Amino acid sequence: MTGQGVVWLGSPSFPEAAREALKDSQLRANLKRATGTIRDKRLAVASELDDWEALREAGAAIKKRTARHLDRYLVQLEESVTAAGGTVHWAADAGEANRIVAELVRATGEREVVKIKSMATQEIGLNEHLAEQGITAYETDLAELIVQLGDDRPSHILVPAIHKNRTEIRDLFTAEMGHWGQPAPDGLGDDPAELAEAARRHLRSKFLTAKVAVSGANFACADSGTVVIVESEGNGRMCLTLPETLITVMGIEKVVPTWSDLEVFLQLLPRSSTGERMNPYTSTWTGTTDGDGPSAFHLILLDNGRTDTLADEVGRQALACIRCSACLNVCPVFERTGGHAYGSVYPGPIGAVLTPQLVGVENAASLPFASTLCGACYDACPVKIDIPEVLAHLRAKVVESKGRTPEALAMKAAATVLDSPRLLGAAQKAASVGGRALARNGRIGRMPGPLAGWSDSRDTPAPPAESFRTWWRKNRETE
Amino acid sequence: MRIALFITCFNDTMFPETGRAVVTVLERLGHTVEFPQEQTCCGQMHFNTGYRPDAVPLVARFARTFGDYDAVVTPSASCAGMVRENHPRLAEEYSPPALVRQVAELVPRVHEFTEFLTDVLGVTDVGASFPHKVAYHPTCHSLRGLRLGDRPERLLRAVKDLELVDIPSADSCCGFGGTFAVKNADTSAAMLADKNAAVLDSGAEVLCAADNSCLMHIGGGLSRQGATVRTMHLAEILAATEGAV
Ligand code: SF4
Repeated sequence: MTGQGVVWLGSPSFPEAAREALKDSQLRANLKRATGTIRDKRLAVASELDDWEALREAGAAIKKRTARHLDRYLVQLEESVTAAGGTVHWAADAGEANRIVAELVRATGEREVVKIKSMATQEIGLNEHLAEQGITAYETDLAELIVQLGDDRPSHILVPAIHKNRTEIRDLFTAEMGHWGQPAPDGLGDDPAELAEAARRHLRSKFLTAKVAVSGANFACADSGTVVIVESEGNGRMCLTLPETLITVMGIEKVVPTWSDLEVFLQLLPRSSTGERMNPYTSTWTGTTDGDGPSAFHLILLDNGRTDTLADEVGRQALACIRCSACLNVCPVFERTGGHAYGSVYPGPIGAVLTPQLVGVENAASLPFASTLCGACYDACPVKIDIPEVLAHLRAKVVESKGRTPEALAMKAAATVLDSPRLLGAAQKAASVGGRALARNGRIGRMPGPLAGWSDSRDTPAPPAESFRTWWRKNRETE
Repeated sequence: MRIALFITCFNDTMFPETGRAVVTVLERLGHTVEFPQEQTCCGQMHFNTGYRPDAVPLVARFARTFGDYDAVVTPSASCAGMVRENHPRLAEEYSPPALVRQVAELVPRVHEFTEFLTDVLGVTDVGASFPHKVAYHPTCHSLRGLRLGDRPERLLRAVKDLELVDIPSADSCCGFGGTFAVKNADTSAAMLADKNAAVLDSGAEVLCAADNSCLMHIGGGLSRQGATVRTMHLAEILAATEGAV
């Protein structure tokens, strides 16, 4: 964990981590199958709506307006939540948020909490912090459970265990479930229904005994103070209704101005994420209600680098993200490397632009370069975040933060050559002579130095004897 | 109409035959092409790798060199995209208002080659003949950057005796991405392997595209594999006539 508290960054740079991941052919097969399936489903349900593009525009516009007046909407949210019987806490960073949650749990006298999938709590490393305080957090989302039992890290926003296939999951259940509660039944098979049933039984006892729950939030409406969670399994519904105390940790960018704005997002989100028209479970709650649901509700508003991100006019787009994961599923880089290579809770294209901003570009310098700028993420994003634009923008910041590297000097030299037709002509002549000397049958094979990676898998044509400009001068200008 | 060819520094150095093909096609259609020798590079490599200030003089040079032409034609979707998207951005960010104006006036006159043929000249049949099985690879910059749509395929379908075949998952990135192929060589190679398998699956003899950079990457991979599929810029196919190839 870094000082600023985005979990597990500080692992190797992207190219190194990717190299390891690429060796795992099982991982690549798992990823290809899973992302391919979701990708097709998403395209099918998005194309059902003839106003899909208008919805994307609307989503982007709402997010833009919210970002512009974020301070105002957050204060309004605090007022609404308080008026409805909840308590709002402001956390500047991971440490503060973790402290607040731990204190709230301790005040209830409990030592166990159930959790519904929350990226914000992963971002701040809440489970680890609670464990240090003697409090056990039980993940109740199936994929999160798999990750937790495997002492693993999530590798996808929506499908955290996308890197595992069902045989691997069966083995994990059999070996680990007993340590966390109800063990897996004897002779467990790897049929998805059987696995789900084993998880359901394992979790049931937790739901029925837990007095405290921790959740994330997909949205929070400033006008009504309503917090919203959408999910597929119903575990969220259990966590949000059964316990006595509910603690929600939410990034400050999750606020939307009004309840009616949900109309847009509840169409965009499920279609973009799971390829469904509607989420199976949509839970909304407004403060507390006597005799119904938790009697105490705490909302923790987490900054952790977000206001700094907001200050960057290009980079702030990343805060519009509704965590649908569509960009991950269409990303050709993610499809090959998986999420762990990104070294962050936020993998894939959105991770490559969000993580460096949350932790500072110098701490995640390889991430903005982990893309070919192919643009597939931009086309898929339901709120039209121009991820390639932000990537290029952050690359410039990385370069600036590093100063005079050999690469910077080479780029300077190249710029000088390219700004002069005469120098360019001379360089072309040199490249032609040098390249042809290296070539065999017109092709250059393996090259040393920084080009070794390139030439490991590709031949390069030898530059021709004559550049276009020379040809033109000889053949056209004398006419 | 005064037409200038922007060859791009990469094509100028590595693929002059593509530039000659553009000239051939445009002359066959009755146009005169000029090649201002002051031209160099659009600054894409510097911009995309994070060296934005270094790209600014190149933006200014581009505006100076091509400012007087009615149309600037380039056989590179990615460089056309660079000019269209990022020259205005760089001018705004780093330069005096004069350049901002100059760039804004010039940008609508800059066209990628297939766009120029179909949209500006209004032709799809350029009088070419190419009796081969050809696959078209939509590079990311032509597909999602410039949104060329089916313009290249329309042009190819009008070529006499050419058989157009499909590449499976044609729209997936080949893994080039400029310096990405060097900085993230392993991931790039994994993407390339899938692309090459798809190209071989298509049964094409020739693979074409609107960007020589991606073609060099794919062709380099095919050559390393010992495959016989040839890579050619689309302009070269459109320049081919009976008996020539
Ligand atoms: S960036 Fe866009 S596509 Fe990616 S997860 Fe966020 S909302 Fe979804």
